[in-house]
Amino acid sequence: MAAKIYECIEVIGNKIIENKDFLTDLDRQIGDADHGINMARGYTEVLKTLNQDNTDIGAVLKDTGKVLIKTVGGASGPLYGTAYMKAGKVMSGKTEVTADDAKAMMDAIIGGIKLRGKAEQGEKTMLDSIIPAYEALCAGIDSGKDLKACLEDMCSAASAGVEYTKTIRATKGRASYLGDRSIGVQDPGATSSLYTLEAIRDFAAKL
Amino acid sequence: MVGIVIVSHSAKAAEGIRELAMQMASPETPILAAGGMEDGGIGTDAFRIQTAIEEADRGEGVLLLVDLGSAIMSAETAIDFLDEEIDVRIADTPVLEGAVSAAVTASSGGDLDEVLAAAMEARSMQKLS
Ligand SMILES: Nc1ncnc2c1ncn2[C@@H]1O[C@H](COP(=O)(O)OP(=O)(O)O)[C@@H](O)[C@H]1O
Ligand SMILES: [Mg+2]
Repeated sequence: MAAKIYECIEVIGNKIIENKDFLTDLDRQIGDADHGINMARGYTEVLKTLNQDNTDIGAVLKDTGKVLIKTVGGASGPLYGTAYMKAGKVMSGKTEVTADDAKAMMDAIIGGIKLRGKAEQGEKTMLDSIIPAYEALCAGIDSGKDLKACLEDMCSAASAGVEYTKTIRATKGRASYLGDRSIGVQDPGATSSLYTLEAIRDFAAKL
Repeated sequence: MVGIVIVSHSAKAAEGIRELAMQMASPETPILAAGGMEDGGIGTDAFRIQTAIEEADRGEGVLLLVDLGSAIMSAETAIDFLDEEIDVRIADTPVLEGAVSAAVTASSGGDLDEVLAAAMEARSMQKLS
């Protein structure tokens, strides 16, 4: 499993870049039409600048976070950047991800996003896909399922979380300026978080 | 002297506000603009803000004036990145008017609390009397 962390980031980045237009379109409906552009710009730079041979997962995650903070530009920059840096701290010096590491990373990611954005679940943000994903991941691991099945559950929960964002109004971020008019559209950041988790699942499935 | 950093999604806006604030301040007042992205795009970059804070600090602290939305998140990220102990505050006030008021007070030797208070007065500034 060593030396593959770059490949995992690559799968995430490519999935985000492929869905750039859709993410931007969601943000056009409830924001300022830049989420896909922001995220694609960030990951393009990440894939260009990361050291592909570094096997220290923590170091690679931290570098990814820094580049996103530097290049994304919108709110998603400091949010995803902080998330990666917190995950990197959990994985510092490690070259493999255990089930416990996966839980600890998700927990740290949620803590980081809350710290940075001061949002809670139910405010129509990326937390609405990530928190249910974390809960499903933990439930799967605790009931003794194998990690691949747990990642499948995690993605199903994240996907349901994205659907849920269609039904609520935004109270954080730019979409909150729209009030009730933000209802009916899925949150762009919750959607990019779903893609991130799906990319991780797809990457892990091939190991 | 207290330092002032102007954070905006637009490099031009940050630079323009700095220019207006400098007009009201002595030339040695450390007022820095941290706007836009390195590639010239619209956005905020915590590392640019961090560098500006470090350059603006003369040991008496730094006040940040920020524009909309993610500027605050980037400013807080920048503060987390600082290695040195710098007393940094974010003024929750209109960025242009706040910068001008803060510049006047910083320039006349006010401490960080006073510069912050001056920036905050811009919230209730009346333009039509
Ligand atoms: N305070 C916050 N906490 C968590 N997530 C947030 C917050 N503010 C915005 N977001 C997420 O960021 C996404 C928007 O990202 P983006 O369009 O790149 O930034 P911006 O809103 O600055 O244009 C939203 O869809 C939402 O998921
Ligand atoms: Mg946006």
